[in-house]
Amino acid sequence: MLGLGDFSVFAAYILCILSAVLCVIYGVVNWNRGDEEISTEKAAEEARWDAEEKKIEDELSGQGGLS
Amino acid sequence: MSFGLVAAILGYLAVIAWLGYRGYGTTRTAGDYLLAGREAHPYVMALSYGATFISTSAIVGFGGAASRMGMSLLWLAFLNIFAGIFIAFVFFGRRTRRVGLNLDAHTFPELLGRRLDSRFVQVFTGIIIFLFMPLYAAAVLIGASRIIEVLLSVPFDVSVVVFSVLVGAYVILGGLKSVMYTDALQGTLMFLGMLTLLVVTYARLGGVVEAHRRLSALASLIPEAMGDAGIRSWTAGPAPGSPMAWVIYSSLVLGVGIGSLAQPQLALRFMTVRSDRELNRSVAVGGVFILVCVASVYVIGPLTNVFFHETTGQIAVDAAGGNPDLVIPLYLDQAMPGWFSVVFILVILSAAMSTLSSQFHAIGTSISRDIIEQGLLKGQEVKGGGVVLVTRIGILVSLLLTVLLALEMGGGVIARATAIFFGLMASCFLAPYAAAVFWKRLTRAGAISGIIAGFVTSAFCFLFLHAGEAAVFGLSEAIFGRTTLLPGIWTVVDPMVFAFPVSILFTVVVTLLTRVENPETVEKAFSGIG
Repeated sequence: MLGLGDFSVFAAYILCILSAVLCVIYGVVNWNRGDEEISTEKAAEEARWDAEEKKIEDELSGQGGLS
Repeated sequence: MSFGLVAAILGYLAVIAWLGYRGYGTTRTAGDYLLAGREAHPYVMALSYGATFISTSAIVGFGGAASRMGMSLLWLAFLNIFAGIFIAFVFFGRRTRRVGLNLDAHTFPELLGRRLDSRFVQVFTGIIIFLFMPLYAAAVLIGASRIIEVLLSVPFDVSVVVFSVLVGAYVILGGLKSVMYTDALQGTLMFLGMLTLLVVTYARLGGVVEAHRRLSALASLIPEAMGDAGIRSWTAGPAPGSPMAWVIYSSLVLGVGIGSLAQPQLALRFMTVRSDRELNRSVAVGGVFILVCVASVYVIGPLTNVFFHETTGQIAVDAAGGNPDLVIPLYLDQAMPGWFSVVFILVILSAAMSTLSSQFHAIGTSISRDIIEQGLLKGQEVKGGGVVLVTRIGILVSLLLTVLLALEMGGGVIARATAIFFGLMASCFLAPYAAAVFWKRLTRAGAISGIIAGFVTSAFCFLFLHAGEAAVFGLSEAIFGRTTLLPGIWTVVDPMVFAFPVSILFTVVVTLLTRVENPETVEKAFSGIG
């Protein structure tokens, strides 16, 4: 068991690696999924969201008047 | 301080400033989104999330805790990867992004508040973040300051103040803007630094299996108090049902592992992603990042015992003068070549700054958008400098509170302070947050009940049950004449073990007993979600 003292730590050690492998496999398999065509309406919504987000950050950084 | 170190730090700060200046583009238009506006690189997104997630608290605080408690903390690394990355991105990320966009929500409290049409929820969540985030920020600050204390031979108090000034300047000069490229550079440095540390540690101790064997052979050196509490070996789990088993599994593993799902500064990252594709791709990069940056800490921490035993004849925590927060800094100083200390200072600056900037971003937006705009101004948007000024004063107050906490809390507190914050967030918000993005049937009454029940149960446990905090507050002693109300093992069971199930119960039961108050908002929130 890799020189480890008991099964629970061995299991945790292996599960760390396996869950990272799971993440890699999931990411690679779905690499190009989820980039659906978006409608003009949705794009406008995202742009509005982005503009509001920028306003919040400018205010936080005290640069609201500069942009 | 050597010339090389000063040059490295100044060079690093210059690059961060340059990236911040370059990476912060102008507002995108609808046309940009239709064409090329959704190209955020998965590497950048994942490392930005990872750098926000993992801080000096994990590297220094939990590394030190692992040197005393052993490798069973790897269960936390497993949850960090499986829950903190896989479940968070694949399930929570997608939903949070869409609901956030549908409701035009820009902060974690705003997401909950708008989804439930409840000003109270938004304001209350904002207040909790404003009041308790400094505890977690202090843990991050202590972690960074311990490294500076040891590697640069600066007194701890001085390094806290110097680092706070550095962070304060960073925050004031625009560090609160979520510039993903800056975070990604910091994430890259953390990744390379921790990978090097892991490889060098294993190589120095004779390889993976041999290093583990040598650590197993030191079981007889475990201090008596730790042995009595349940630690039998640094390469084995604690005795089942022992006090240490509860501390490790209930506070550190469960509290921090599950708690990461309800972290406001992490949930925010999902809302700023352009599409589900970026989330999918980020899972791959994020999983590997957390494996290298976190799992390695829980391996290196215990292995420092082998190093210190061979070089000083003492176990790690004794070599560090009894303060586990000093174990990792001391190990870096004594076991690593000089040039690596310089590199690691940059790793630590990165780990601390990326997390602190997101923490103060969360605090800042809680003040301006949640507490002032929704609480004090009842939803009226006010133009002008007043809100900006009050927000800045608020951020300054919480920065000062963070510094005071860092100076006052003493040694060996990083892991505990982090666990308290993560556990509290999970106890109050995880059940209502999960229901808000997955369950159309959730009612406002149900969510508010869940939040309040989680908070009240947590507060009760901290004041009357959990020995670590009840002894500090002294309320139980004053009222009942005893430190805690329950005896024995109950004094070390983390408050989250009680509060999280209570919060789930109230959220679900009250929801089922009430009717959805705002069906139109629910439809809007879930539009486009299958």
